[in-house]
Amino acid sequence: MLELRNVSKSFGQKQVLQEISLHVANGEFVSLIGPSGSGKSTLFSLIGGLLAPDAGDIYLNGEEITNKRGFISYMPQQASLFPWRTVIKNVLLGQELQGKKDHKRAEAMLERAGLGDVIHAYPHELSGGMKQRVAFIRALLSPQSLMLLDEPFSALDEFTRTDMQKWLLSIWEDYEQSILFITHSIDEALFLSDKIIILSVNPAGIKEVIKVPFNRPRDGDLLLSEEFLQWKKKIIDVIQV
Amino acid sequence: MKTSLVKKTWRPFLAIMLFIGLWEVATRLFSIEEWLLPAPSDIVMEAKNVIPTFLPHLGSTVKLSVSGFLIGTTVGLGVATILHLMPKVRETFFPFIIISQNMPIIVLAPLLVIWFGFNALPKLIIITLACFFPIAVSALGGFTQTNRELVHYMKMMGASKAQLFWKLELPHAVPSIFSGLKIAGTYSVMAAVVSEWLGAQKGIGVFMTLAASSYRTSRVFVAIIVAMVISLAFYGLILLLERFFIRWQQKGEKT
Repeated sequence: MLELRNVSKSFGQKQVLQEISLHVANGEFVSLIGPSGSGKSTLFSLIGGLLAPDAGDIYLNGEEITNKRGFISYMPQQASLFPWRTVIKNVLLGQELQGKKDHKRAEAMLERAGLGDVIHAYPHELSGGMKQRVAFIRALLSPQSLMLLDEPFSALDEFTRTDMQKWLLSIWEDYEQSILFITHSIDEALFLSDKIIILSVNPAGIKEVIKVPFNRPRDGDLLLSEEFLQWKKKIIDVIQV
Repeated sequence: MKTSLVKKTWRPFLAIMLFIGLWEVATRLFSIEEWLLPAPSDIVMEAKNVIPTFLPHLGSTVKLSVSGFLIGTTVGLGVATILHLMPKVRETFFPFIIISQNMPIIVLAPLLVIWFGFNALPKLIIITLACFFPIAVSALGGFTQTNRELVHYMKMMGASKAQLFWKLELPHAVPSIFSGLKIAGTYSVMAAVVSEWLGAQKGIGVFMTLAASSYRTSRVFVAIIVAMVISLAFYGLILLLERFFIRWQQKGEKT
């Protein structure tokens, strides 16, 4: 569904992205990992249409979306909820921007996501983890079929983060949206995704694409299994080469 | 709630009482003439006598300041929106807006009368001039200080410029707009009284000039106090509206 073909981008003299080609299939969960400063956020801005690439094209479902906005749904690093909107109004925002609001569906989804008690609460009444949950539901409810998640759990503490990863899988596995996920945690990438794209730095290019073999649905035990650790080692080796 | 209100207000209340007491004692002790400085008790007596004839003046001033305030608010928000959405216009005209505030209203007033006569128009212009500036500046500040992360989210989601403004920038600016409204509200009464000095049939300003020219100083004080009370009432009203509009904000913490 999403396809990047030889996308390059420089800011002035500094080349940030070099000939990136990648592919996200329907319903696929793809993670991008790489060290800080590897241009991951720039890549998101390109896919989101905020920036135009110097070379290369971006396609979504066969349609060219290079430098066009409104085709993807987005979940930022900070929850970025609107403080004057209640939870329900916040999660409806993505739909609102595209035209149609489906109040019933939003309510049902919040219930299912364990947020039923806070539907009419304001963001400042929620904990950090809860805010991220709301932000994820907001992205999931937006009508676009591809979600970009930009290190959504990096600001959370370790305990909350693991909970959130399990929670995200339990919700997402029932939906058809594809996800492109930025993270710098190898554990997170392995646990969540179908495919991991490892980026090199300066300028960022694709170092290797690894297909994750674990079956879904996945549970927390996976994180401690022998197989998981072996894959983790493999990825670390790739990164360090 | 009630006890905390008492707790918070007893100090200023006591200070005012003390001040009035001192004033009363001083005027008696030094036998100051009433036309020079009336004692608080004289002012109260005068108020009792004069209030029935004073009411139409009061009504006229309230009407004038409310209409001026509403026009000023509309103009202020309009100006802020235009300047915000069109940066080039902003660069060009912002200096003029600041200059407009460096002009003392009293100097401008006679000119406006020459141009527009003795009707309501010059008065409304004066009040608008006094009111729009604090609103425009605070709204503009609110627009430009919109949370960058929220703006980024909206852009990534493909929000149009209009959606960005109506759904994010405008609601985000509401708390700052209210600080402008509070200032403008108090200005509007002052500007209304000043504009009535120019010549009007009715109004606190008219009442004041008449009283002053006949050395009925207690009446001048009555007018001043009434103007203060109206001004305070405006402030309170705006405060209530503010509570209603930004009830989403956590007390004591900026969200």
